[in-house]
Amino acid sequence: MSVEAGRQGRDGLHLSRFATWDVAIIVVTVVFLIFAVTSVQHFGTSQNATFLVLELAPILLLALPMTLIIVTGEIDLSVASTVGLTSSAMGVMWNSGVPLETIMPLCVVIGAVLGAVNGFFVTALGLPSLAVTIGTLALYRGLAFVLLGDTAVADFPRSHSSWTIGTIGETPIPNVLVPMIVLAGLFAAVLHAMPVGRAIFASGSNRVAAAFAGIPVAKLKFWLYVTSGAVAGLVGVFWTLRFSSARADNAHGLELTVVAAVLLGGVSIFGGKGTLPGVLAGVVLLSSLQNALRLANVSSEALTVVTGSLLIISVLAPNILGRVRGVLRRRLRRTHVPAPNP
Amino acid sequence: MTVLARERDSEGGATSSTGSTLLDTVLRFRALGLLVVLAALVAVTAAVNPRFLSGSSIRDILLAASITLLLATGMTVVVLTRGIDLSVGSVLGLSAFCTAWLLSENPGVSIPVAMLVGLGIGAVCGLFNGSVVHFGRVPPLVATLGTLYVFRGVVYFVAGGSRINASDMPAGFLDFGSARVLGVPYLILISLVVLALVAVFLSRYRAGRDMYALGSSPEAAELAGIPAGRRKLTAYVLCGALAGLGGVLYAARYGTVDASAGYAMELDIVAAVVVGGVAIFGGSGSVLGAALGAFLLTVISNALPVLNIDQFWQRAIVGALIVGAIAVDRLVALRVAESLRKKGSHVG
Repeated sequence: MSVEAGRQGRDGLHLSRFATWDVAIIVVTVVFLIFAVTSVQHFGTSQNATFLVLELAPILLLALPMTLIIVTGEIDLSVASTVGLTSSAMGVMWNSGVPLETIMPLCVVIGAVLGAVNGFFVTALGLPSLAVTIGTLALYRGLAFVLLGDTAVADFPRSHSSWTIGTIGETPIPNVLVPMIVLAGLFAAVLHAMPVGRAIFASGSNRVAAAFAGIPVAKLKFWLYVTSGAVAGLVGVFWTLRFSSARADNAHGLELTVVAAVLLGGVSIFGGKGTLPGVLAGVVLLSSLQNALRLANVSSEALTVVTGSLLIISVLAPNILGRVRGVLRRRLRRTHVPAPNP
Repeated sequence: MTVLARERDSEGGATSSTGSTLLDTVLRFRALGLLVVLAALVAVTAAVNPRFLSGSSIRDILLAASITLLLATGMTVVVLTRGIDLSVGSVLGLSAFCTAWLLSENPGVSIPVAMLVGLGIGAVCGLFNGSVVHFGRVPPLVATLGTLYVFRGVVYFVAGGSRINASDMPAGFLDFGSARVLGVPYLILISLVVLALVAVFLSRYRAGRDMYALGSSPEAAELAGIPAGRRKLTAYVLCGALAGLGGVLYAARYGTVDASAGYAMELDIVAAVVVGGVAIFGGSGSVLGAALGAFLLTVISNALPVLNIDQFWQRAIVGALIVGAIAVDRLVALRVAESLRKKGSHVG
């Protein structure tokens, strides 16, 4: 990273230091929000703002641990299924008379256990995380259906569900924004201001070198999966209370949106690169884009095309930019200094 | 691969000392193990309900397996090159809807033409996947996870909420979906022919061997002068084309097609391939193994109702099979590596 920056400095491409993907995405997000507020009808209303925050809350929460996992060079595709399974579990427990105050922490624990299963297969057995979490994507969703079938549990107490969708006093600020900001700050601090964060980047940049530097790579990854599961459990509780409905197919397909948002935020799918502010911008951009399109009466089918395309483009574009930049740099070097050797 | 196998055989004595010879034997002969599991499952299910082995029930299983088989064959080729194609379910849906629509609009279109159209649609989708993976340097997982949604979105776009019913399609096409030769359905024959062709291609032809080389070690393959880009494109186009053909078979078999055809099917296909012993990191496996995996999955989903097990278990079983299969493969690989190391220390 620093070598790269130094090389760019030497080449005189000072601008490119600021033109990183995550800075670009933050700028694009701000520009898009301004555009949407001014030109999409109803987008700027406080009602829509509240709705938008509720829409993006699960994506944002899941994106936090996903960022850390992708930075270590792994992936967790099972998060949406974990949300579904904890939601089902919540419904079953509520039906059997367990008080909600016990259910909610239990759901987070269940999520953590499901994450630990992923972590065990990835770290203890050394299996590719992609294959493992595709397997648990099917497994957890299947278990969710086994628990609850295609029925729904919807008789949760109004006090809890109205807090979930409620706002602080008379302001349009949703209650859930507070825990969201706290968690986002926590994850940002872990990734960018703590030794663990450096270890996460190191494991993703070069696994072997990180291990030689004394970083317990496997242990680190295991706990990241546990964290990811626990957060998914929390999202399961949120999702269930928000719609006041525990269903096995809750959050179906959400893993795509989460991965798309993380990659859009400038995290490299190959690991070792990315920033949390970039990811937050990616989440906001993706969610507000979907929100604006929906307000503009674009069908939900077209939305899946947009999300899928953004996922591909967010990996494709940096690759192409990188290649173009490489070519430009080589040309520059050729004109300024005679190249030592190719 | 052959060297490894020989080493493993000569090491039989050492592994048997660990006390689980039977387990090792079963694991070593992956196909044999699958056959045993398949036979046991069929035996148990038939014991519970003898009608499971009746002619119509077997035909049902063969028909259901024919589509899974076709897609698993294509997926195997992609996985061998260390890739993956998660978009097969969406490609199947796109092709199924488009051919059904074509046939309902023009009843005169002959079956081979319909099949070519399906193949073509699939091949174009595959070419798109391959191009994004090869030219765009996008990891296959991300590229095809994206196109999974893009292609599905296109199907919804084309279909809207509409559906094409059996009554809209020419009778000849629907007959083809259920017709049989000597009691064997046409559809499974098509799948088996494709399977045989791809098996020969992978084992006898240079381009086929290149797929294994690419998956074993991309760097070495490149240094050996294998045209990696062309081979990868071939793999994705083949996989897409077979998914497209699968769409035509789907339309012929079910008669009714809407925008959700083949939804979430990619999980079954990936499961069939990894259960069939194709290494998820490429370089090892065969289409025959994948075919056995596809049969096993089909038999499981058909046996569940007979065994009075809730149909909701099916997805969970698929997931458990994926994780279980790769875990077993890994354990076997670790054991082989260990015994090779032991052998090495004896020599040294």
